[in-house]
Amino acid sequence: MVAILGFIILPAIVVGIAAFNDKALLSFPPEQLSLRWFYKAISYRDFQTGFHNGLIVMLLSSFIALFIGGAFAFVIDRYEFRGKTLLEGLLLAPLVVPHFTVGLGLLILAAQIGATRGYTVVVVCHVILVLPFVLRSVYISLRNLDQRLELAAASLGSRPSRVLMTVTLPLLAPGLFSGWLFAAILSFNEFTASLFVTSQRTQTLPVAMYNYVREYADPTMAALSVIFIVVTATLLTVANAYLGLGKVLNVEQAR
Amino acid sequence: MLVRPSLCQVDPLDNPAPALSADVRRRPFFGLFTVPAVVVAIVFTIAMAAILQYSVRAQIPGSLEVGGFTFTNLTAMLRPLYARVFADTVWLCLLTAVISLVLGYPLAYALVRSTNLTVKSFILIVTVTPLFLGEVVRTYSWIVVLGNNGFVNSVLLKTGIIAEPLQLLFTVTGVTIALVHVTLPVVVVMLAAAISHIDPDYEKAAESLGAGPFRTFLTVTLPLSGPGIVAGLTTAFAWTFSAFATPQLVGGGKVNMVSNLVYQLGFANFNFPFAAALCVAGLLLTYLSIFVMRLVLRPMEKIGVH
Repeated sequence: MVAILGFIILPAIVVGIAAFNDKALLSFPPEQLSLRWFYKAISYRDFQTGFHNGLIVMLLSSFIALFIGGAFAFVIDRYEFRGKTLLEGLLLAPLVVPHFTVGLGLLILAAQIGATRGYTVVVVCHVILVLPFVLRSVYISLRNLDQRLELAAASLGSRPSRVLMTVTLPLLAPGLFSGWLFAAILSFNEFTASLFVTSQRTQTLPVAMYNYVREYADPTMAALSVIFIVVTATLLTVANAYLGLGKVLNVEQAR
Repeated sequence: MLVRPSLCQVDPLDNPAPALSADVRRRPFFGLFTVPAVVVAIVFTIAMAAILQYSVRAQIPGSLEVGGFTFTNLTAMLRPLYARVFADTVWLCLLTAVISLVLGYPLAYALVRSTNLTVKSFILIVTVTPLFLGEVVRTYSWIVVLGNNGFVNSVLLKTGIIAEPLQLLFTVTGVTIALVHVTLPVVVVMLAAAISHIDPDYEKAAESLGAGPFRTFLTVTLPLSGPGIVAGLTTAFAWTFSAFATPQLVGGGKVNMVSNLVYQLGFANFNFPFAAALCVAGLLLTYLSIFVMRLVLRPMEKIGVH
């Protein structure tokens, strides 16, 4: 079991060490250590633009997905209606449909309606891809919500909107936040579909990184990867400490 | 739809059943909360329809416009060149799914059953982080590990186990290793969710009847996690099918999956109709494979239902 964990961590550690290599080779172990690849990674123009674009797309997609997904999870949990299964199936489909298919589809769609390949297409794409995760997260939270608290508020005279604002949403906060966090991280790191729908102008960071790797083989990417890994791991550790990732991923013990 | 992912798995609080009335007063926010979701679903459907439509149109070389209806894309796909890519992809996905299952089960079990909170958190963080790193970072890390000057070869060469560097990059082996790394977190999460919902009372009952821990595991826990195993396998298959950066960078053009082919035809040859046709075929293949998997593993699914 330790071996398996080791297998998972291995690339991260190797890349971490390789990032400090002074030479411009992807060799291991490094002969001299230096921080210059980190400087290069942060100052490289394409990476900066990619980071900037990625941030814009991420913020837009994650919040839009949060509102749409959170609202719909509420509907799935509480109401029955004709076409519910179909709608649910369609929105969860991106879990099975490959990202390149979604990307290609939106690219073709954008071309057919004559839309320019600006941020809109990318945001729409990311929302579609990220929505299932928000849905899952908020739905699990809703299932764990004791509805008697809402009923109590209603019986004391609150209108449904007031119950929603003062009881439901605060209780759902962890699920909403973790859903948003998943959406944000997944959107920022999304690559395959983004490769299809982004243009030179709207390139996100992963796309910029991919273009870089195809041309250059120096440890700049290793440095960038290290930054990625450290930031992501920290975010997740914090999320786990405050929210309990286990609950959100539905791996808690039933009893 | 056999493979429709569903959210409805757990109801720990036995909340009241969904409101069945169409009375608006009893269903506040229904319209407001549903319409945006419907819009997203419609956009998604239209995008899929666009692919379907493009797949039966001809390509006009040198232009982004498409020609009239034709079945040439379909017949072209049956050529050995492309059929092989489909076969390779299915094989890679299957292999990756099985290996991920074998490696992931112990992890998932340890994650759920360990009582030490730090251990639990550690396993969770380590397993889930790769999931959120994004394909490019993960794949790139593997290039550093598997390259001729990379970690694996350096260790093997320095310790004298081999004399020449092992060619791992651009091979099926290398791609498989990287793909397993990509798919493992997903499998672990799904398995952990399934194992965590196994009633410990069953295991306690077996132990009270005299079964040792190993026998209890084999005859009680493992069968009861059957549905989770099937779900994990099918999800791993679909997840791996979607992989693009990994086969592209680690495979380096020598190991091609459907995803790489679609990209190549779309952006190198600008043959979008054929790329669309490949997508359609890929989707059908995925659903078909999952259907067959679930059919074959039906007994396993049945056992776990309790």
